Amino acid sequence: MKPLTEEDWDIEIKPLNNLLDLKLRDVWHYRDLLLLLVKRDFVSFYKQTILGPLWFFIQPLFTTIIFTFVFGNMAGISTDGLPQPLFYMAGITTWNYFAECLNKTSTVFKDNANLFGKVYFPRLIMPLSIVASNLVRFGVQMLLFLLMMLFYLGTDVQFSPNRYILLFPLLVVLMACLGLGLGMIISAMTTKYRDLAFLVTFGVQLLMYATTVIYPLSTALAKYPTYAWIIEYNPMTPIIEAFRYGFLGKGSFSWQSLGYCTTITLSIMVIGLIVFNKVEKTFVDTV
Amino acid sequence: MSNLAIKVENLSKAYQLGEIGTGTLSRDLERWWASIRGKEDPFLRIGETNDRSAKGTSNVVWSLKDLNLEIKQGDAVGIIGRNGAGKSTLLKILSRVTAPTTGSVKIKGRIASLLEVGTGFHPELTGRENIFLNGAILGMRKAEIKRKFDEIVDFAGVERYIDTPVKRYSSGMYVRLAFAVAAHLESEILIVDEVLAVGDAEFQKKCLGKMGEVSKGEGRTVLFVSHNMSAIGSLCQKGILLDQGILKSFGEQSTIIDHYNSLNITSNTPKRKHYFGQHSVLEILEYDVTSNDIVLTFKTKLSDHEVFKSLVIIITDVLGNRISLIDLREKLGTTAHHNLTEVLIDHTPLVENTYYIGISIETSLKWYDLKEILLCEIPIKQTSTIQYEPNLRGYVTLSSSYGITC
Repeated sequence: MKPLTEEDWDIEIKPLNNLLDLKLRDVWHYRDLLLLLVKRDFVSFYKQTILGPLWFFIQPLFTTIIFTFVFGNMAGISTDGLPQPLFYMAGITTWNYFAECLNKTSTVFKDNANLFGKVYFPRLIMPLSIVASNLVRFGVQMLLFLLMMLFYLGTDVQFSPNRYILLFPLLVVLMACLGLGLGMIISAMTTKYRDLAFLVTFGVQLLMYATTVIYPLSTALAKYPTYAWIIEYNPMTPIIEAFRYGFLGKGSFSWQSLGYCTTITLSIMVIGLIVFNKVEKTFVDTV
Repeated sequence: MSNLAIKVENLSKAYQLGEIGTGTLSRDLERWWASIRGKEDPFLRIGETNDRSAKGTSNVVWSLKDLNLEIKQGDAVGIIGRNGAGKSTLLKILSRVTAPTTGSVKIKGRIASLLEVGTGFHPELTGRENIFLNGAILGMRKAEIKRKFDEIVDFAGVERYIDTPVKRYSSGMYVRLAFAVAAHLESEILIVDEVLAVGDAEFQKKCLGKMGEVSKGEGRTVLFVSHNMSAIGSLCQKGILLDQGILKSFGEQSTIIDHYNSLNITSNTPKRKHYFGQHSVLEILEYDVTSNDIVLTFKTKLSDHEVFKSLVIIITDVLGNRISLIDLREKLGTTAHHNLTEVLIDHTPLVENTYYIGISIETSLKWYDLKEILLCEIPIKQTSTIQYEPNLRGYVTLSSSYGITC
């Protein structure tokens, strides 16, 4: 029986909350904050620069040039018959988005300790804003990639965008979720003991070589059949392969591998949300 | 009771002292093992009060212990207590920045907290952009901020600089803008931690005025932490006194302030009575501090072949800056081996604050320099106007008279 004097409280603060209670209503209320944070990241990125947002282009452009020179020409790694710059640009653009999401999310508690320690807002807003502001950056870099595709259309080089290009939105969502989920797991694990943070900084760099950014999956399978499973089971590989397949018509695409990647991504995302939710309440005391 | 705004039940918060590192891992594992077996956390059972000056046996400390409170809608409540009494911890829990260890808080209505001014300000962004960003961080919707934008800029008085990055602002302007955003929040409950210590006198007054307007005019609930008793006195009807994490009293503001002042006097006791071992060169017999007088009586005893050369009392602030030196050489018997000194400092012009009293003895053999042996907390003197913050008023209040003609 309910006591007669029970009142309807708006907020209840207790030591522990339900782990699956994501407070999505709260997150929705703070959607303006999300947008403003994205705007902040975007605007503060090129404040006091002359080239402004053009700097978004420069990093992938230079990386592509270096990769073309080092991996394409010096090492002579196959690019599946695609023009080298186009091949590398596809890999770099997608990989950068994932890596940036992961890197930034994994330090979200540490970077924002000051802010989190003084004001309450749904903590989930911060990682979401990271993913969103990287999406802006990714969009700008995609533009560069499309421009490059247009440039190559005029030449006699063979590449064929096909209907699998329609998978693009799904691929972006998968990358965002994977980066976000992994990042949240790491951020939750590094609030008290920071050891893992050291691993992440260079681990992400190394992980790029276990993903098909600078070589096609087919080459890896042909050259190292015993170890290629590491690359195959890396959930980023199917994403990049599908991306290349859709836009450029070359790559090892299969529905099974994409399905595998989706399953892994969703599991990581759920685990990430749960641990993040568990840690966010008291991390202020230990960070 | 239907008009409660906040209900706090058995609220406790434990903090771990010391560094976090490899040493704490074993304890975490033990704690985790206990939770798996469904047992109580082994490190939280030891109940120890939070006395920052005394060394404890465990390194878990209770910042708040079994707090029970009921705050009604529309009340303006001042929270007072010495440093480390748990005031900020309470505010942090109420504003959901950190979770309590045990107990619960129930809140009715939206809550806005101002634990620090300018949280989330980005130095590169302009004043205008920061108003929106900061407003959103504090929980305002964009439309709401837009509606109040002119009012905020007007209140802050920074119209000319509104499109300049805030990193070019003077610190005063920065604070003005930040407080202005927070002051225009539309929430049923407003929580304010000592933020008024900054800004010039005019702006401080404006802030207090705004807060008074919020609580009295609009009937919103205000929780306010400050060491400035006169600000609390003028703004709040109710008071909460915390001491070492425990709720000492809750009630009318004036009785709470009196209680706090009486608590301070008991803290003005010497930590030790004897100095320099068994032979005790120095022994404190009596020590008493009130808002007007300081009384100190001590005994000094030297060995047989040692004679006094000099004896002084030194008053310093907590940072070690010397404020005053009281020379006791005139009446010092330079051939005696021991003496009894009684000192009365009457009508101290010292501004209410914490000071240290030290005794320095020079003998024919040695120099006994005892800085900071007595903690001296001068309580507030009751006046009719709101006093400025102690740190603004310097060390002493000069007795003066003045006339103003218009």
